[in-house]
Amino acid sequence: MTPLTIGFMTVLGLLGIALYGLLITRDLIKVVIALQLLVKAAVLALVLAGRAAGQLALSQSLAATVIVADTMVAVVGLALAIQIQRRFGSLDVSTISTLRG
Amino acid sequence: MIALFLVLGLTGIACAYRAIAGRHILSSAIYLACVSAVLAMMLYLLGTPQVAVIELSVGAGLVTVLLVWAISMTGDDALDARPMLPRPLAAAAVLLTAVLLFGMAASVLARDIIAEAAPLSHMLWAARRLDVWVQIILIFAGVLGVLGLLAEAERPAKAPQLAETSGRAPVEIPPVTAASLTADEPEGQVAGKEVRP
Repeated sequence: MTPLTIGFMTVLGLLGIALYGLLITRDLIKVVIALQLLVKAAVLALVLAGRAAGQLALSQSLAATVIVADTMVAVVGLALAIQIQRRFGSLDVSTISTLRG
Repeated sequence: MIALFLVLGLTGIACAYRAIAGRHILSSAIYLACVSAVLAMMLYLLGTPQVAVIELSVGAGLVTVLLVWAISMTGDDALDARPMLPRPLAAAAVLLTAVLLFGMAASVLARDIIAEAAPLSHMLWAARRLDVWVQIILIFAGVLGVLGLLAEAERPAKAPQLAETSGRAPVEIPPVTAASLTADEPEGQVAGKEVRP
């Protein structure tokens, strides 16, 4: 068992748990947390791919870009959640929908 | 090192599970910080210390502070346990995704190439300069977006003050519904109110 295999199993585990959380959660902040976990799995996968391909510097630069972009997504997502809480009084995704069929 | 990697991987997965399965948002945020810390250690052991430091400071530091701030603004209520999708369906979708990913990457797992340490600074500023500029623009755009979003809380408070100073009662605009759009309005009326030319 190599570090690459263990790392990939960790990526699968994080990805699976985050995807499961996204599918079942009702709270907006929990959605942001699940997205953060997804991106952490992606960052680890990027670095593992760079290690396997022999291009660690390139994978590091891409991972840094992904971390910065993901942080901005979290920041804007949390600000949106705060606004939604102020307007609708709830963070439950099933109760804040205003679409009517 | 293999044993340490295995322990870190299992700890990361356990913390991620507690972050998703926890009933309180604040504990989920703390477990997310633990996942970031474990991931930073794994990245350091993989030979990427710069990304490990970024992940530790941003993931375990900045994002945790933002989450705690957002939780303090919205209130840490116990979460509703009812899932959006049936849990077996969600578990099946996740299992299918994991099997597909494993099948795609299985051929790569057998090798472990250790690349020569290349300076990250050269890669960032020479080969990936556009990425760095995009990150800078993204950070500014994110900050401006957040400031704009959070400033909206002050605008509804100013609307009644405008009505008071102008001396006129605020006009009530009836909500637009599907029935109001398709119904035939009597002549001289708009949305149920008489309109004089």
